[in-house]
Amino acid sequence: MRIHCPCCGARPVDEFTYLGDATPQRPAADAGLSAWHDYVYQRDNPRGPHHEYWQHAGGCRAWLVVHRDTATHEILEVTAAREWRARQA
Amino acid sequence: MSGQRFRTAEGGLVDRGRTLSFRFDDVEYTGHPGDTLASALIASGVHLVGRSFKYHRPRGIFTAGPEEPNALVELRGGARREPNTRATVVELYDGLEASSQNRWPSLHFDLMAINGVLSPFLPAGFYYKTFMWPSRFWEKVYEPAIRRAAGLGRASGLPDPDHYQRETLHCDVLVVGAGPAGLVAALAAARGGARVVLAEQDHRVGGGLLRDSRRIGELDGPGWADDMARRYLGCEAATLLTRTTVFGYYDHNTLAAVERVGDHLPEPPAHAPRQRLWRIHAHRVILATGAIERPLVFGDNDRPGIMLASAARAYATRYAARPGNVAVVFTNNDSVYHGLADLAAAGVTVRAVVDSRREPNPAAATRAEAVGARLLRGAVIRRVHGRLRVAGVTVDAGGVQARIDCDLVCVSGGWNPDVALHSQTGVRPVWDAAIAAFVPGRPRQAECSVGAAAGTFDTAAALGAANAAGAEAARACGFEATGDAPAWDPGTVSPYSIEPLWRVNGHGKALVDLQNDVADSDIDLSAREGYRSVEHLKRYTTLGMATDQGKLSNVNGLGILATALEAPVEAVGTTTFRPPVAPVAMGLLAGNARGRHFQPTRYTPMHDWHARHGAVFVEAGQWLRPRYYPRAGEDMHAASVRETLAVRNGVGLCDVSTLGKIDVQGADAGEFLDRLYCNGFKSLPVGKARYGLMLREDGMVLDDGTTSRLGDDHYFVTTTTGEAAAVMAHVEYYQQAVWPDLDVQAVSVTEQWAGIAIAGPDSRRVLQKLVNGLDLSNEAFPFLAVAEFEFGAVPARLFRISFSGELAYELNVPAGYGESAWEALMEAGAEFGITPYGTEALGVMRIEKGHVAGPEINGQTTAADLGLGRMMSTKKDFVGRVLAGREALVDGARPALVGVRCVKPGERLYAGAHLVADGAAVAAANDLGHVTSVTYSPMLDNWIALALVSGGRERLGQRLRAVNPLQGHEVEVDVVSPHFFDPDNERLHA
Amino acid sequence: MKYSLAKLVAQTLGGHRGWTRAWRDPEPKPHYDVVIIGGGGHGLATAFYLARVHGVRNVAVLEKGYIGGGNAGRNTTIVRSNYLLEGNEPFYEFSLKLWEGLERELNFNVMMSQRGVINLFHSDAQRDAFVRRGNAMLMHGADAVLLDREQLRAMVPGIDFDNARFPVRGALMQPRGGTARHDAVVWGYARGADARGVDIIQNCEVTGIRVEDGAVTGVDTGRGFIGAGKVGMAVAGHSSRVAAMAGLRLPVESHLLQAFVTEGLKPLVDRVVTFGAGHFYISQSDKGGLVLGGDLDGYNSYAQRGNLPMVEHVMECGMAMMPMLGRLRILRHWGGVMDMSMDGSPIIDKTPVRNLFLNTGWCYGGFKATPASGWCFAHTIARGEPHALNAAYRLDRFLSGRVIDERGGGPRPNVH
Repeated sequence: MRIHCPCCGARPVDEFTYLGDATPQRPAADAGLSAWHDYVYQRDNPRGPHHEYWQHAGGCRAWLVVHRDTATHEILEVTAAREWRARQA
Repeated sequence: MSGQRFRTAEGGLVDRGRTLSFRFDDVEYTGHPGDTLASALIASGVHLVGRSFKYHRPRGIFTAGPEEPNALVELRGGARREPNTRATVVELYDGLEASSQNRWPSLHFDLMAINGVLSPFLPAGFYYKTFMWPSRFWEKVYEPAIRRAAGLGRASGLPDPDHYQRETLHCDVLVVGAGPAGLVAALAAARGGARVVLAEQDHRVGGGLLRDSRRIGELDGPGWADDMARRYLGCEAATLLTRTTVFGYYDHNTLAAVERVGDHLPEPPAHAPRQRLWRIHAHRVILATGAIERPLVFGDNDRPGIMLASAARAYATRYAARPGNVAVVFTNNDSVYHGLADLAAAGVTVRAVVDSRREPNPAAATRAEAVGARLLRGAVIRRVHGRLRVAGVTVDAGGVQARIDCDLVCVSGGWNPDVALHSQTGVRPVWDAAIAAFVPGRPRQAECSVGAAAGTFDTAAALGAANAAGAEAARACGFEATGDAPAWDPGTVSPYSIEPLWRVNGHGKALVDLQNDVADSDIDLSAREGYRSVEHLKRYTTLGMATDQGKLSNVNGLGILATALEAPVEAVGTTTFRPPVAPVAMGLLAGNARGRHFQPTRYTPMHDWHARHGAVFVEAGQWLRPRYYPRAGEDMHAASVRETLAVRNGVGLCDVSTLGKIDVQGADAGEFLDRLYCNGFKSLPVGKARYGLMLREDGMVLDDGTTSRLGDDHYFVTTTTGEAAAVMAHVEYYQQAVWPDLDVQAVSVTEQWAGIAIAGPDSRRVLQKLVNGLDLSNEAFPFLAVAEFEFGAVPARLFRISFSGELAYELNVPAGYGESAWEALMEAGAEFGITPYGTEALGVMRIEKGHVAGPEINGQTTAADLGLGRMMSTKKDFVGRVLAGREALVDGARPALVGVRCVKPGERLYAGAHLVADGAAVAAANDLGHVTSVTYSPMLDNWIALALVSGGRERLGQRLRAVNPLQGHEVEVDVVSPHFFDPDNERLHA
Repeated sequence: MKYSLAKLVAQTLGGHRGWTRAWRDPEPKPHYDVVIIGGGGHGLATAFYLARVHGVRNVAVLEKGYIGGGNAGRNTTIVRSNYLLEGNEPFYEFSLKLWEGLERELNFNVMMSQRGVINLFHSDAQRDAFVRRGNAMLMHGADAVLLDREQLRAMVPGIDFDNARFPVRGALMQPRGGTARHDAVVWGYARGADARGVDIIQNCEVTGIRVEDGAVTGVDTGRGFIGAGKVGMAVAGHSSRVAAMAGLRLPVESHLLQAFVTEGLKPLVDRVVTFGAGHFYISQSDKGGLVLGGDLDGYNSYAQRGNLPMVEHVMECGMAMMPMLGRLRILRHWGGVMDMSMDGSPIIDKTPVRNLFLNTGWCYGGFKATPASGWCFAHTIARGEPHALNAAYRLDRFLSGRVIDERGGGPRPNVH
C-alpha cells in the first residue's frame, strides 16, 4: 500500500501508523457517559469507504485522514487531519 | 563417473567447451554451463530422482521449470543445505552436491514405499477416521510416526550463513517475463523514455523461445530474443533483471521480486548477498508470465520417464539432453506437434502420438508422419509399464488395446495461462472454454496481461497485443510511444485447439497432484462424502497444497470435481491464488534484520563512557542503558547495593538521556497541557517543574513524567523511556486532529538533549562547582525549581527533581556535550566519591520511595489504583476524565498500590507472585492481587515490593502470603505503605 | 456412520464406495427454533452443543459460502489456555479440557496435539509478567512451567541465544497447549451436529435480520426468509455488518491478520514457540510445513489479503529468533479478517434485541476457543442467560468499565 502524504508525496505504508475511524467526534465535556462510551468504543466498521486516522510517523509526523476502501484498500483521498477537522466544522 | 550418454552431439544452449562435475546421491556426474541440475541428470541418463510425499512412489523429472513437483532435492551441504530445491531450476555449477529426499534407506529401495502397498487403506482423509484410540497414543505413537513419514527434505538446523539484501525500486512500467510478449511489451514501453523494468526468472531472456528450434527470419529463437533484449537495453531508462522472480503482487502496484544473485554459484561472491529482495513500485504492470502445461490424469502417470511434452522438448533442444530413446506422446491438444521434430532431432524415436481427440488438426498427421510416428486418434493410455522407469504403455485406440514399448512418455493436457500474479490482486480468473483454461479477469490494479498469460497462444497476435500494451502503459505514464511490433514469421503456425480430457480410466493410481499423491479416486471420495466446495476438496484431499501450489494439478482436479458434481468447471471455481508465486526463502524477506541487527540500537550520548568504565548494559526498548558498573568481584546485586548506598550516603550520577522529551510552545501551550494531563499545568509558574499524569481516553493511566515551564509560552515535557514514542504520537494527535484551533506546537527533542541525574546529599556541592555562579541553595533553588544557564560555555537546563528520593538534580545539556558534561561532573565529584549508578540501583531507590513505573503503569491501572487519584483535577476537563468515572473504575475493591515487606527479614520476594489471605488456599478464588516490583532494600535490609492488592490501603497492617507456585515459592508478607524510605520526603527537600 | 479402524478396513475392501456424506445438504425449512448465522467453528460448535447438551435439535446453521471458510480455515491452529485475567482464564481452561476430549466427543480425529506452547521472554519485566501469568494459570487449575535458558536450549533447538539483539532469558511454557487440525474441527462439529438433526445450509447468505416489537423473528437469506425463535450470530470478521442488520453497533473493528506456511520439512520445530521481542510464533504441522504468524497489518480491512511490510516484519522476527529458518521457503501466505474488540477479549452475550444473541470479538484467538465458545453460546441461547464461564464477556462491559484487557492496550483494537 502507498499513501500520498500531502506534505511528502506518495510514501510506502510502513512509514505510517494507524489509529482508526476518524468519523466519531470527541464529545463535549458534559456530554455524558453514554456519548463518551460510543465515541471511545463503538464503531461503524464499514466494509467499503472509511475515513480513518493515520500518522506519517516515519516522515513529517502529520496526522492524516485517509479515505480508504476497507474491501479493496483503494485510497480515495488523503487530507491533513487539521484541514479535515476544519472542513467538518 | 558416469558419462553424458544422453548428451546430443550438437545444438542447445550449453557450453560443451567447459565441463562441470557434480554429485547426486554421492555419485559423480558431469554437465556443462547452461545445464540445470535436472538437464545434467537427464544427460547422464538419470531419471529416478525422488519419492512422493505420501506413498513414496518413485519419481522422475516431470517439468523443466519452477512448477516441478517431483524432482526436489536437498542442495548443498552443512549450514547451506536447502531442502526441497527444484532440480529443474538449479543452474549447474562445478562441485554442486545434491541428494534425493524423503526416502530410506535409499532412493532405489525405499522402505516407506510400503505406504504404496497400503494405499488402498489410506484414501484422502483416512486420518480423520482413525488413530483415535487410545487417546494418549496420538502424541506418543501415531503422530510421531506420521511426522517422520511426512515432510519432504531436511532443514540444516544451522543458522543461515548467507546474507540478504532488500532494495526498493520505482519505475513507470514493470514487465514480468521476458518471453517474446514480455520483450516486445518492454521495448514498446521503453522506446519513449519511460523507466521500464523487465524481470525474468530465468538467467536469460526468451521464455518459450528457448525450447523452440524454429527460426524467425534470419535468427533462431534465442537469437531473436537476445536481439530484442539488446534493442530494449538501448533505450534510455531500461532495466533488465534476470534470475529475478516476481513473486508477490500487493496493494497499489507494489510487487515483490527475488533476484538470485548467488544461487548459481557454489556460494555467494564476497560482499554480495545470496539473494536480493526487490520491492517494486510501478505505475503500470504488464504481466507476460506465459503459460504452464497441464499433465494428463491416467493410471501410473507419475512413473519416471513420464514428463510434460514441453519439458521433453526443452531438454531435447535448449539443454541438448535426450530425455529418452523411444517416446510415446499423449495429448488432448495441438501444442505437442511442433515439438516432434525437435525430439527426433535429438535422437528420440517417437513411436506414437496418442491423441484423445477424434479429429486433431490436419497438420498433426503431417508432423507425426515427418518423424515416423503413428498418430492414434481418439486414443488414450490405459496402462503404464515399468516402475522405477517407464518401460511401455498400453494404448487404447477405439477399443483396441496394444502395448508400445518406450522409455519416455510426453504428456500434454493443455495449457494454463499463468494468472497467479494477476489473481493475487484479488481478481478471480475466468474460464475460457476455447482453450479450456482460466484466463485473467478484469484488472483491479493498473495492470494487464499479454501473451500466453492472457490466453493468447498465437504468437503473432500476442506480440501485437504486447506492443500495444507496452505503448499504452508508457502513454499512461506520460511518455510518447510509437512503433510497431517486430515482424514475426516462424513459418507455418497451426491454430491451437483442445478437447478437455480430465481423466482416463485404467490400471493403477491416476494421480492429479503428483507430489501429494492425490488421485482421481480421492476426488471422487471427497465428493461422495460431501467435501464438495473446491476449498473442501483441497483441504480434505490436499490437492494443490504441494510445493507447486497446484500449478500442475488444480485445473485437472477442478475438471474431475466438476464431472463428479455434473457441473461446469466455471461453476466449481478455483481456490484463492496467494503469494508467493514460487516459494521464497525466509531469510530473503527478513533481509539484514537479524541477529544484533534485528532492530536498531539506540545509544545515549554517554554510552562510550559507560562502556569504557565497564558498565553492564540492559535493553530498554531499543536503547541500551547501563544496568550497573561492577567492580572487581562484584555481581549485580553487590554492585547495585553499593551504588544505592553511594547515592543515599554521598552522590551518584545516572544517565537519564533515554527519557522522552517534548518541547511544547505556543500561546495555548498551557491550555493544551491542561487538557492532556489529569492535573493542571496552566498554573505552573515559569521556572518550576511539576509531576504530571496522562490518562488515555478510557481513563487508564498512559504515562507519567515531569513537565517544566521555561517561559510563558514554553513548556518542556518529559515521558518515561518506554512510552516516549506513544506519548509523542498522542500529543501530536490531540494537537493536530482534536484541537487544531489551539496555538501550540510540539516537537520531540529526546535526542537533542543528554540527561544526567545527580543525586545524593552531596549533589549540591558537586554541581555548585560547575554552574557558573547559579545559586543552588535551598532557598534560591528549591525542590522543583528549574533554570536555564550556561554549563561551562554550553546552554544547559537544570531541574531540581528526584526519582531516588534524595536531594537531586537533572542536568540537560545538548547531546553532543553529554559525555564531556558527565566527565566534568565525575571530576568535580571525585572528592565526594561520586559514583555512577545504573538502572538496577535506580530501581531499588524508586521502589524504596514507592514511585510507580512500568510494572504498575501497565495499561490496566487507574490513577486511583496507583494512589494518585488526587492528581485528577476537578476544576478542568482532561483526556480520560469521563470514562475514568465508570462504575468499575471507581470500585473500591479494585487492586490498588501498596507496599509489602517480608515478615521475616532475609526471606525473598518475587515479582509476579500473587497475594492471598493468610491461611487461604492457593486458588484463583482467593486471589487478592499480585506483586509488581521487587527489590532488596539496602536501607531496610529486607526484601520489599510494590503490589496491587484488592482494597489497597484498607489492608495496611494485614498479613498476607505471597504465593508463587510457578517457582515453588511462598512467603509471609505484611502490607505496608509503599513509601518505605523517608516517607516524609525530608531528604528530597534538604 | 461411526468411524473406526474396522470401518476403514471394511470400506477399503469395498473400494471406499460405501462412505456416506459427513453432513447432509438439506433445503432450508421455513422455521427453526434456533438459527445460527455463520458456519465456522464457533457456529457449528454452538449448534452441536445446542443439540447435544440442551436437546435443541431444530437448528439451522446458515453459511454464506462453505463451512469453515472464514477464520476457522485460515488460522494457525494453536490451542492453549495461558491467560492472565479472571474473566478469561477459566473460560480458556474449560475450552482446553473440551479439546482434550474432542476426538471421542466427535468421533472425528481433530489431531489435537499437546506439544507444549512456549512463550520466550527477553527481559526481567517480561519475566515478571509471565510469572504473574503462570501463577494465575496454576491458581485456576491450568498448567504452567517456567523454563530457564538451559532448559529451553535443550527443549527447542535453533533459538538464537548467542547473537541476539534481545537475548532470550527464559520462557513460560504450557505443556498441555499445542495444535489441532483446524479444518477437522469444523468438519467434526458439522458431522456431529448433522447427526443430531441440525441442518447445515451452505451457500446461504443472510441479507437481513427481521425484528418485530423488539424481538427477532427470522432472517432473510439468498434462499428466502427463514423464521427463527432465536438467532445467534457467530460471523467472525463480519460481525459489525451482520449486527447492523439488526440495528446494532458493536465495539469491534475488522482487521487483517496474515499467516504463513513453509514447504514441507522433516520434523524440525517440535513445540509451539512464540517470540517475546516482536510478534512471531511458529509451529510445525503434521504434514511438515512450518506454520508462522505475527501481528496484524494494523488497519481496518475486509480484504483477506495483506501487504508486504508485515510479511517482512514477521520474517525479521523469525530470523531473529531462529536464524536456521533463513534458507527455508515460504510456500504460501494469506490473510484473514479478525473481529478485533476494544479490549482484546470476546463477547458472548444477549443483545438489546430479544432472542438475538451475539458471539464476536475473538481477535486472533478464536480457534482455541472454539469448543468453549460453542458450549457457552449454546448455553446462553438455550437458557437466555450467560453461563458463569462467559459471564464476563458482556456486551455492555465497556459502559460499566469491566473491560478484560490482558495486554493493557486500551481501546485500540490493533494493539491487542
